[in-house]
Amino acid sequence: MVEGFISRGFRGRRRQPNNAQLPPGQYETKGFPVLSAGPTPHVPLSEWDFTLVGEIDEAKRWSWEEFQALPSEEITKDIHCVTKWSKFGTRWGGVSVDTLLGNVETSAAYVTAFCDGGYTTNLPLEDVTGGKAWVAYAYDGEPLEPAHGGPARLLVPHLYFWKSAKWVRGLSLLSHDEPGFWESLGYHNYGDPWREQRYQGD
Amino acid sequence: MATQPRPAAQPGRLLWRVGEVFEVVEETPTTKSLVLSVPGWEGHKAGQHVDVRLTAEDGYQVQRSYSIASAPEDERLAITVDRIEDGEVSPYLTEDLMAGDGLELRGPIGGYFVWERGLGGPLLLVAGGSGVVPLMAMLRHRAASGSGAPAKLLFSSRSQEEVIYRDELERLAEADEKLEVVHTLTRSQPEGWEGYARRIDEEMLREVAPSPSEEPLTFICGPTPLVEATAAALVELGHDPAGVKTERFGPTGG
Amino acid sequence: MDEQLKLDGNAAAGSLGEVFPFEMTMAEVVCDHCASENFVGALMVYQPPMTLGTVVRCPGCDNVLMRVVHNSGHYWLEMRGARHLRIPDGSSVAAGEAAAEE
Repeated sequence: MVEGFISRGFRGRRRQPNNAQLPPGQYETKGFPVLSAGPTPHVPLSEWDFTLVGEIDEAKRWSWEEFQALPSEEITKDIHCVTKWSKFGTRWGGVSVDTLLGNVETSAAYVTAFCDGGYTTNLPLEDVTGGKAWVAYAYDGEPLEPAHGGPARLLVPHLYFWKSAKWVRGLSLLSHDEPGFWESLGYHNYGDPWREQRYQGD
Repeated sequence: MATQPRPAAQPGRLLWRVGEVFEVVEETPTTKSLVLSVPGWEGHKAGQHVDVRLTAEDGYQVQRSYSIASAPEDERLAITVDRIEDGEVSPYLTEDLMAGDGLELRGPIGGYFVWERGLGGPLLLVAGGSGVVPLMAMLRHRAASGSGAPAKLLFSSRSQEEVIYRDELERLAEADEKLEVVHTLTRSQPEGWEGYARRIDEEMLREVAPSPSEEPLTFICGPTPLVEATAAALVELGHDPAGVKTERFGPTGG
Repeated sequence: MDEQLKLDGNAAAGSLGEVFPFEMTMAEVVCDHCASENFVGALMVYQPPMTLGTVVRCPGCDNVLMRVVHNSGHYWLEMRGARHLRIPDGSSVAAGEAAAEE
């Protein structure tokens, strides 16, 4: 650390006038940056399924066709990445997690989303129910691109976007909380952008 | 947790320090070399990089890696920066920074993608665009150290105007019969161009590269598609993958 | 274009150099999943700003070998996927140099 060094004339493009739509520390982007911690999985739709496992009476499984036949919703939400970009008014299509959990009996209080490629992220059950989370397979009216998590990703827009796991394949319902890929390595366990919960201790 | 005493930071090898811009050299319309005086610089190896960090007045920081362009023998450290449209760091480095300005950096960093005279040859260097920078450090080191290792550079650029270090490469090759520089111009070619005019492919590598039996030390640097196509083609031609070192450009946001 | 997020092991030299006192790209690492052995410089790396931390993967099987995150005054290092590391301590001349000087 060189104390007090300032790069003459450098401002950085990430300046934003005060904007009530932006959580603290965020800037708006019009693009849609692709973030990934690994190679993009390419699972044929004929082999894709979505499962609910863990603390439920009976595990549930949907094939891609069965999943497409579930009632779908159009969702328009702002999204906020912990790397400080936010994108307003993103349009998604997919199935509400409420629909998936519809008649499942569970004593679980937490869920861990699991994905192709091995990524995981953990959330309180109450943050994926009550109209707050979806499994999205469409973006802007088109099938979700693999780079952005297609064929399907979790969408939990009220939390930092690393919780919206790409290439999601199912939810594990748990009675205890189990920190996921980034949550176990210093990132905040809950990740509320409005309270700027980026890292442990925030 | 908060009441625990913190161990004092151990100053490691990677200390940030401030270099001074000695000179800015235009290499191509979009590419500039920054020649830096760095107090206390302990030297580097050809192929290593530095991290550059920019700090705004409100404390906002961004960091990028840049390959070192200068030879270890050179008096000053140089990096060569290609301006990326919509980038955050490269436009500042190529357009705003002037001689006399300070630039915060740390390094040298890396030890794998490195060539030193003692490693010998023959050398096969394959570059795409500004991927030539660490390979230029190797060629400059090769010349400055009097290495007699045979070397070939296969260099892919979009057009002749965009060939970085064009004049210096020509001079180096003219002065040295063991160095061969082969260009391919993928987008536009000057009138009368007789060289390659397509992306690097297996056929081109068969014509240019030393044979696998010569066991060349191979360094490939450039955009990911070029690096992967070149490495795959070389292995296909019978080169030992262990002799092929790669450095992909990342989507750093410029 | 998504595959272009992948970098070479050299790209992790900076973040690994903040944690280890050695030049880590010349360290050899054995993958706990497929047992292949590679120089760190030859591994695959995903790193900020294109992801949330430095993620080092096996080029053979994609297994995560090392992860490094630096935030809030701490380094986090996770290496479950690496069976072991063999790190040159910098005390001996590289074999290649010795051979060529003979």
